[in-house]
This record gives sequence, C-alpha cells and structure tokens, in this order.
Amino acid sequence: MKKLPPELDMSVSTFTDKRLKSIFLNVLNGSRLSREDGICIYETHDLIGLGQMANHVRRSLHGNKAFYIYNQHLNYTNICKNRCRFCAYARDRKEKGAYAWSIEEIEKRLLDRIDEPVKELHIVGGLNVDLKFEYFIDLLKTVKRVRPEATIKAFTSVEIDYLSNLAGLSLEETIQRLKDAGLEMMPGGGAEVLNSRIHKELFPKKIGHERWLEIVRAVHQAGIKTNATMLYGHIETIEERVDHLVTLRELQDETGGFSAFIPLAFHSENTQLSHIPPTTAMDDLKNVAAARLMLDNFDHIKAYWVMIGEKLAQVALSFGADDLDGTIIEERITHMAGAKSAIGLTKDQMVNMITKAGFVPVERDSFYHPIN
Amino acid sequence: MDKLNNIIEKVREHQRIDIDEGLALFRQADFLTLARLADQKRFHLHPDKMVTYVVDRNINYTNICASGCRFCAFFVPPNQGQGRGYIISKQDLFDKIQETIDLGGTQILLQGGMHPDLGIDYYVDLLGYIKENFDIHIHGFSPPEIDFIAKKSSLSISETLSILKKAGLDSIPGGGAEILCDDVRQKVSPNKCSSAEWLEVMRQAHGLGMRSSATMMFGHLEKEFHVFEHMDKIRTLQDETHGFTAFIPWTFQPDNTKISVKKKTGVEYLRILAMSRLFLDNIDNIQASWVTQGDKIAQTALFFGANDMGSTMIEENVVASAGVDFMLSKEELTRLITMAGFEPRQRDCYYHLL
Repeated sequence: MKKLPPELDMSVSTFTDKRLKSIFLNVLNGSRLSREDGICIYETHDLIGLGQMANHVRRSLHGNKAFYIYNQHLNYTNICKNRCRFCAYARDRKEKGAYAWSIEEIEKRLLDRIDEPVKELHIVGGLNVDLKFEYFIDLLKTVKRVRPEATIKAFTSVEIDYLSNLAGLSLEETIQRLKDAGLEMMPGGGAEVLNSRIHKELFPKKIGHERWLEIVRAVHQAGIKTNATMLYGHIETIEERVDHLVTLRELQDETGGFSAFIPLAFHSENTQLSHIPPTTAMDDLKNVAAARLMLDNFDHIKAYWVMIGEKLAQVALSFGADDLDGTIIEERITHMAGAKSAIGLTKDQMVNMITKAGFVPVERDSFYHPIN
Repeated sequence: MDKLNNIIEKVREHQRIDIDEGLALFRQADFLTLARLADQKRFHLHPDKMVTYVVDRNINYTNICASGCRFCAFFVPPNQGQGRGYIISKQDLFDKIQETIDLGGTQILLQGGMHPDLGIDYYVDLLGYIKENFDIHIHGFSPPEIDFIAKKSSLSISETLSILKKAGLDSIPGGGAEILCDDVRQKVSPNKCSSAEWLEVMRQAHGLGMRSSATMMFGHLEKEFHVFEHMDKIRTLQDETHGFTAFIPWTFQPDNTKISVKKKTGVEYLRILAMSRLFLDNIDNIQASWVTQGDKIAQTALFFGANDMGSTMIEENVVASAGVDFMLSKEELTRLITMAGFEPRQRDCYYHLL
C-alpha cells in the first residue's frame, strides 16, 4: 500500500466511519469502486468523510475550477400523454393551464432575450400528440436561425423514442434528421431510475430502462454527447440507486458519450406522490458525492441548484460537484412541484456563489470550453 | 502552512486559540477541514449522537422602536407608521401563549422594540400577567431592551434586572449583540447600547443567577477580525460568569433594510459556524440557524459544529420582515435531525432534555 501524503492521511485518520478508509484507498489507487462500496457510501453517516473523498477526486480532475453556463430553458409544451406519477408539470390537452408554443412563440421568447449572452438552449417538453415531426425540425431550425451562436441541447431519450415513432423512422434516421436540423447535444432526463420495479410503479407509460439505454447508445454513436441524470428521493432503494450508477458507468465505458451526471432531487408537491417528504441536505450531498466517487469515467458532476437550492448547491462544490449548471432563466418544471429556489440566477450571483465557496468561476459553453 | 498546521494541532488538543490564530484558521483552512475540526470538538463535548431543539414561540410585544437600526426591517418609528405600530393586547398575548402550550411549547421568547412610552411598570405587569396565567419559561428582553428600560426608568442595570426577575423573567436572550465592536455598532445601530453595556447586562444577569444565550449577526458592515473580536469578548465574559448556555451566529438579511450588501452565502455561514465552535471553547452549545439559512444548510450545520437546532418557532416576525420566510414544523425539524443520523431530543431553556 502506498503511503498517503500528510493532508490525505489526516483526512483518513478522522473518518468516523472506518469503512470509508478502504474505499478511499481504492479511489487513491485508481481502482474502480464496487456495488458494495456504493451502498456503503449511501449508508454512511460520515458526511464530512464522504465529502473529503469526493472533494479529492473533484480537485484532482478540475482543481479549483467551478463551471457554470449562461443558458435558457424552453419547455415547448406541457401537454403529455405519459402522465408519470412523479410529475407536476404535465397536463392533458383540455386541462386548465395546458399549453403548446407555436414556432412563432418560440421565436418571440428567444428574441425577448436576444441581448443576453445565452450560450445554450435547453429544450425539453411533454409528449404532445398534436405536434407533428415537422414541428420539431422547425423548432430546431428556428432556434438555430435566431441564436446561431448558442448550442442546442434538446430532447430526452423519451422524446427521441416518441419522435422516432411519430416520424416512422428508425432511431438512427430520426437522430440524423434532428442533428441535421441543429441538434447538438442532449440533456440526461427521462432516465429517472433505471429499474423495472420503479418503472412499473411510477412511469409505466414512459420508455423503460432498456430502451433508454438503447437510445442513448445510438445518440452517442451518432456523435452527440448527452448528460445523464437520476431522479432520487421517491420510492427507490439505496441498492437501486447504486445499480443505476453502475449501469451508467458501464455504458460510458462503451461509448464515452456522457458529459455530465446530474442527480435530480424529487419534488413531490402537486404530484401523485405528494405524501413523500422533500429530500434533505444529507441526501442531496450524498448523491453528489456518491456520483463523483462511483462514476470514475464521467468528467463532470453537476449540483443542480434549481432542485437542491442555491445555498446547498454552493456547498456541494466541496462534495464532488464541479458545475452549477446555468443561469437558466424561467425554470418551470421543478417549480410546478414546489421548488423554493429562484426562477433564474444572474451571472453575478453565479460568480459570487462560486467565489465565496473558494473556487474559481469558469463560464463555459455546452462542451466545457471556457468562455473568455 | 506550518503555522496553519500548528493551529490545527492546538485545536485538536483542545488548547485555546487567540484572535490571530482564529483568523488564520478561518482564512486558510479548507472548508471540510474546518468542518471536521468543528465536528470533532462537538463530539468531544457532546459524545452522544443527539441533537436538541426547543419548542417555543417568538412573541414581539411591540414593533414600535426608537432605535432605528439600519439593518432592521421589522420596526416602526414612534409616532409614525400610519397604524402599523402596535403594542400587544393581553388577549392576544394570552391566546398566543395558550397555543404555544397546546403545541407542547415550554417557553416563550419575549422581545420587542424600544418603545419610548413604556417604563418598567409595563414590563413588570406584562411578566406578572403571564406568570399568573401560565406555567411557562420566559426567555425575554435582550440587553438593548434591558438597557433601554433601565435608562427610561432611571434605574441601574442591576436594579432593573432584579425587578424583572422578581416579576417572572427567567432568562435573557442574547439578541442585540450584532457585532460587539463599537466602530461597527456606530454604523449599523448607533442608538442601541454599546458593546460594553451589552456585556454588562449579561454580566449582571449571570450574577443574579439568570442564564442567557449569546448571538452574533454578521454579514453587514463588519470585517473578518470584528467577528473574532466579538467572539473573544463573549469568551472572556464566559470565563468570568459561565452564564452563557449557547452561541447562535446568524447572517444579516439585507432585504427591506437600509444596508445594501450581498447576502452571505451558505458556505460563508458554515465557515463562521465552525469557527465559533472552535473559538468558543467554553460555551457548550452551538445553535444552527434554520430561520436565516433554511432547512438544508441548517441540517448541514450539524456536521459543522452545531449540536442544537434552536427553536421550532411557532411564530417568527423579525427575520420574516427582511424577506426570509422559512417555516419548519416540529415534525419536519425532527425529521431533518433523524435523517442526518442524530437522535432528536426536545430540551428546555437550560438544555436539559425533556
């Protein structure tokens, strides 16, 4: 066994959960953590020990840097035929508050903020049977025309599956058509927890985990990077969380197409699961740390401030996260489920949060190139 | 670096650190190193995996205040405010206390503005009325109020405290300390008692056998060294009296006030919290402030030196006026404690478990 440098030795000697020591030695030796290690990481109450381990990995990858992006969300429709039990955002077509933006409306929303230095458009929406495949092609082309310098990060695997059926095209052809129209990257939503028990209980109408993985694999093979997520804090067990991470890690070994992992804290207000209490900081920080430690082949772990709050996202920078996501402007989906965070943050607020946490803010584009 | 390691060693060996060492540790130590040191200190003092809380209610007997502090969004100046000013009615007071008791509350935190028309008789009557009707602990009147009542009624601090104690006052909240450095107080609360006067009220109260808490409001116009001077003054008085039960740092909330600064972030709060645990080696309890920080940072604070979650606060008005409105039920408070791996225990004002 290698001798530890003094500052690491000091951390290890203060672990209150001694099981963490052997896990950390594996991390330092570059050995991949096992499923059992993952379970231990979620079970431990030694939050600071966990933070020290994840922070070590985070700093060896990214040093003192903490990334953020100037982005804008566009949720083109909330009409969705899936009606997942954990969702507060979806509406039926005739329901109060249901909407679908026309291409003109989307153009107007982009033009409303055209003076802002938006570097990325995050575009996701419901499965709305009234929208034709051409709408999506138009959507991408319009965004590219109005905002040629911004990256289009759009559609989860769930939408890709739906679009492929809608167009009557193969997965590969569908992806190619979208790519030709301007799609450059994909967010990681719709995975929820890659597990058939949870699929059956919470989102039976949505694609299951085999299909999710199949689509992501095809997207990566088409040269499009995606993120990956996990929705935690509902009915999933620790084992199911760890299996989710291990599954993503295996796919990443195969494709190398994942950019960032984003743990998503479940918000139950206005959903069919409203009896489930909100996640606590302990849970939120553990999910960030667990991701950083288990996903040894992912470059980036995001602390998504919309879901865990601005203050805790800042803390999470020392628990394995290297990216605070974006300024966002007009977050809708989580706020429908009772999120107490801001609707958007200014660049100034972002920079302040990062600096005050002792990190160096780096504004980035979608592919983690720094913006000068 | 060697210097930092020496300070860390000192802290580990439970030796006292001075202001310069505190500042150096605060400025140079890694965030999680501070957390770990504070956590070790906390478990050295409180080996049980237990986090306490109290069930109480803030009752603000008046919002009319002659002090006009620049950081305050709660007060109404005397003879102004078009009817927004109030003095609590006995019926309201009765109902609020009854409700507190019905909810399992054991104490009330009784504080208010420095109302120029209220002399000691008002306060004696107020305390007497409460004690005649209820068996409840009264944690009331921060040092600026005591100082104001004494001056208004031409009494000494010690006479004022004796009279109030006799009328039913049990213990003193540590509010109004803000930053106990007069150059800062001149800027943020020029009409409030001086730092020496604040400390003197506490010295006298402790001498009469009354316990108190101590607080610190930071993140306004103070510099880093003021924070340590503040804690040093508290620590020195504690050496003398041993009357402080707990220390409660919280952050200034700038909305609706006359001081325009950036709000302190969660990380900055946690660093100060950890430092307070390490610097105040003679104060047993460090309280997390969910009222100013929210539930998530308050829970995180349990790993940064805090061993107490403060109060469930059935009612809170002052911080809420400055745009912060976190609410936590007793169930939610105990859930946060449990989820962090601690056993939640209700306590009284003296930190005795109930």
